[in-house]
Amino acid sequence: MSSEAFTTLTSRTIVLREENIDTDQIIPARFLTTTSKDSLADACFHDWRFEASGKMTGHPLNTVDLKARQIIVSGNNFGCGSSREHAPWALMALGVRVVISTEIADIFRSNAMKNGLLPVTVDEDTLEALMADPGREVTVSLETQTVTFGNRSVSFEVEPFARRCLLSGQDSMDVLLSALPEIQKFEEAQS
Amino acid sequence: MTKTLFEKVWERNLVAPETEDRPAVLHISLHLIHEVTTPQAFTVLNERGLNVRRPDLTLGTIDHSVPTLPAGIDGELPYATPAAKNQVETLRRNCAEHGIPLLDLGDGRRGIVHVVGPELGRTRPGMTIVCGDSHTSTHGAFGALAFGIGTTEVGHVLATQSLLQRKPKTMRIRFVGTPPQSVTGKDLALAMIRQIGTQGGTGYVLEYTGEAIETLSMEGRMTLCNMSIEAGARAGMIAPDDTTWQYLDRAAGVPIPREVDLRTDDGAVFDAHIDIDASAIRPMVTFGTAPDAAVEASGIVPSGSDGLDYMGFKEGQALAEASVTTVFVGSCTNGRIEDMRAAAQVLNGRRVAEGVRMLVVPGSEQVKRQAEQEGLSAIFEKAGAEWREPGCSMCIAMNGDRGKPGDLVVSTSNRNFKGRQGEGVRTVLASPYTAAASAVEGRIASPEDYV
Ligand code: SF4
Repeated sequence: MSSEAFTTLTSRTIVLREENIDTDQIIPARFLTTTSKDSLADACFHDWRFEASGKMTGHPLNTVDLKARQIIVSGNNFGCGSSREHAPWALMALGVRVVISTEIADIFRSNAMKNGLLPVTVDEDTLEALMADPGREVTVSLETQTVTFGNRSVSFEVEPFARRCLLSGQDSMDVLLSALPEIQKFEEAQS
Repeated sequence: MTKTLFEKVWERNLVAPETEDRPAVLHISLHLIHEVTTPQAFTVLNERGLNVRRPDLTLGTIDHSVPTLPAGIDGELPYATPAAKNQVETLRRNCAEHGIPLLDLGDGRRGIVHVVGPELGRTRPGMTIVCGDSHTSTHGAFGALAFGIGTTEVGHVLATQSLLQRKPKTMRIRFVGTPPQSVTGKDLALAMIRQIGTQGGTGYVLEYTGEAIETLSMEGRMTLCNMSIEAGARAGMIAPDDTTWQYLDRAAGVPIPREVDLRTDDGAVFDAHIDIDASAIRPMVTFGTAPDAAVEASGIVPSGSDGLDYMGFKEGQALAEASVTTVFVGSCTNGRIEDMRAAAQVLNGRRVAEGVRMLVVPGSEQVKRQAEQEGLSAIFEKAGAEWREPGCSMCIAMNGDRGKPGDLVVSTSNRNFKGRQGEGVRTVLASPYTAAASAVEGRIASPEDYV
């Protein structure tokens, strides 16, 4: 079994300056009654992108060409709040492949990596530079763990196991399944 | 070697330690599941032809999407949407197919996942507990390591009863001194989040200690651990003591063997320490759109804060000037019997102010029964509040219980994010005391004069 792989991406950025962009902004709870992972694109940032009447707002997420902008640059602490994996599913449905911020919440980070969405934390100075120039072209390499734009290149940290899974598209379920003999032994010793 | 409580629980449940190549394999003692974050996990299981490894260590409940109004005369529950009903039916089908015990609608033990685990005596010290829900941290109040997981990981636990985890860092949060009577676990939580920020706990497991914790009830401890995630921490823990064991004896209906070793050894090393002066904490409310935007209920809106535009508040404004349209008492943060008693204590012999709608939603069937037996529901109804069926209700506003744009809701839930309680709805987080006092006065009110 494999999930979506990520190696290197060159794309333009969408800048969302807000801090603490929580999972209720990324996908409001009323869209969580779904039993599948599909058709979540319209739900993504729904209340930023649509008025109550259903009319589209002038938010950049509606006005730019999302196919050419697969990198979100966001204010501090992106993805805080709930454990809903619908958040990375919805972002992926919108075409987003990378989120860059100074802090990315734990559970969101873990969920994102399992779905081919790369969370990248950078220092404040780098974030400021990226924010100052929305739509600029950025290259994010998971292979070299670097973010490159203009003449600047900064490295970022990723948990090595999640990195390997993401690079190869390997599903971490397989790793756990291969640990079943150890799990069995642990359970026998417990009972 | 001296160890922290977290390290002891971690080691006890460790199948294989981490290596450079592979995170640790951690065995899960109890997997709680609900209708919202599981359907896609069962789909993966079925696609791959995998079985649920330990249905006996898995427990399902229905809480998020379920209406809190009783069935109509046609016997149909008033679901918000057909999708909500489908989600409930999907969980029922998945549990039946895989032999997982389910606290179904009509079961006298059903309730919000983080209320029923402890209440049924399933949550125990030393366990690892997970659920596809970030407020799983609640169960840490019993000295368990409990944290929220995503749907992919729900699938992992269903199939292998284990998770791949890197060992988190530890932080001790010590509450020094004791606060006044009107201050609850909720106020300790909001004061803590104000101090360390919404990402102050990111990457850490928190252990709460100090006098104010020792004197706190199990309900108060659960409220505090519940809110750990709002400080960015996946888990919060409190070492079991007499209060814990007594609660467990009652919940399980049999004496639970005491384990004296489940506490942090003297001299054990944490990665970080925070001290909070509990004696200075007063009833707290939030004024912004993140949980760290918290201040004394009797105070003024501080300067330099975010989210004021959305909230319609002005810097320097007294919070007591803000009129309230709605009050919600409930959720896995404050939907337990003690919370019902606290709200009733304030409302007893008083009325909800004209024009204010108050919803009281018990966290479980058991809380509902007990509140009715104790006469609390009668107090709520006499005061003009609505007494509902158990569920998450306005905490997440998925089931049709929601505010209107512009409403100002004083809520005992855990998140004041924009739109959390309905599009354009403004949320002020508070304790049940503060929520009830605000209902009586029709504006944000500190409960200090009421308790
Ligand atoms: S009450 Fe709220 S926070 Fe708790 S489980 Fe339900 S939706 Fe989640």
